Amino acid sequence: MELITIFISAVLINNFVLHYFLGICPFLGVSRRIDSAFSMGLAVTFVMTITAIVSWIINHWILIPYHLDYLQIVSFILVIASLVQLVEMFIRKTSPPLYQALGIYLPLITTNCAILGLALLAALKNYGFIETIIFGLGSGIGFTLAIVLMAGIREQLDMADVPEILKGPGIALITAGIMALGFLGFTGMLK
Amino acid sequence: MAEKTINQEFTKGLWSENPIFRQLLGLCPTLAVTNAGVNGLAMGAATTFVLLFSSIVISSIKKLIPSQVRIASFIVVIATFVTVADRFLAAFFPDISKALGPYVPLIVVNCIILGRQEAFSSKNPVFRSIIDALGMGIGFTISLLILSSIREILGSGTFFGMPLTGAWFKPWLIMILPPGAFFTLGLLMGIFNYLDKKRR
Repeated sequence: MELITIFISAVLINNFVLHYFLGICPFLGVSRRIDSAFSMGLAVTFVMTITAIVSWIINHWILIPYHLDYLQIVSFILVIASLVQLVEMFIRKTSPPLYQALGIYLPLITTNCAILGLALLAALKNYGFIETIIFGLGSGIGFTLAIVLMAGIREQLDMADVPEILKGPGIALITAGIMALGFLGFTGMLK
Repeated sequence: MAEKTINQEFTKGLWSENPIFRQLLGLCPTLAVTNAGVNGLAMGAATTFVLLFSSIVISSIKKLIPSQVRIASFIVVIATFVTVADRFLAAFFPDISKALGPYVPLIVVNCIILGRQEAFSSKNPVFRSIIDALGMGIGFTISLLILSSIREILGSGTFFGMPLTGAWFKPWLIMILPPGAFFTLGLLMGIFNYLDKKRR
């Protein structure tokens, strides 16, 4: 039951983009078309889940036992950077179609604050191992949901008559605001 | 690109290459911590600190870093200073540190800092990098201050914790919730574009 709660709250209520404001850069940058938005979401979900696992292991088996928690930031970011590199090489070797689909989005993920944010939030919330995995997976799906919805709206928006000065990022941010407003409605779902 | 004067190097961060409104960098902390003026100021100051010292270190050792591993090296330098800032805030300003939560460690992945190292410090002498970092940092801080002041005044009726509006004003709760951040930044961006167009 607890796991379902964590999952739903990560996907809908504490959505990474619309509640924690993490991963805004790809959210605005890659959300012009639905298919590229979906690939980005897929890549992020994949890396998030793996990051959640690896950072939990590092945090609980190395950093906490040896009282090195002040090294959290440095070690997490290094782990993420090398992890993304490894995942990229692994996918390129084992599954060329998936590599094609994820394309340039994989390396971009290193600087995506959502990934580091996930590692830090999971450490902050003191989740257990399974909970961390669910949290990572749910957050990734939440990110995908937000970015795909956004891309759908923006494809329509291209044809809309937007005031000159708001074109581009301005109107995208206001759209995101309205979406965040909608997602606030999910807050009452739990408890 | 023509050589810029020191003065231009400094002011470009304030307006023509303003990190938030022009380059759309560092939006995550911008949106997340600007629900009160104090938080915006603290985030701006912490980011400026990290940016300044990373720029000094990286522009000093740029010849020693092999270009293949430069991104990783930059990140280690940045992460070191972020840890310093994080510990400093936690020790001396525990309230602010608590309010900013995971967003202080997240300065590591603030694209402004890595972007400036890659685009500027790794190619320019130390003094110029300092000026560039100060300009960008101050431009970022001012933008955060504007955004957070608007949100705090409309959302809580206070300015840096001081009550500003009388009892007649009912605060718009929405402004300090996530949607308010998106709306305010989107509209500010429109105003910025408008002013920029008029100036040309």
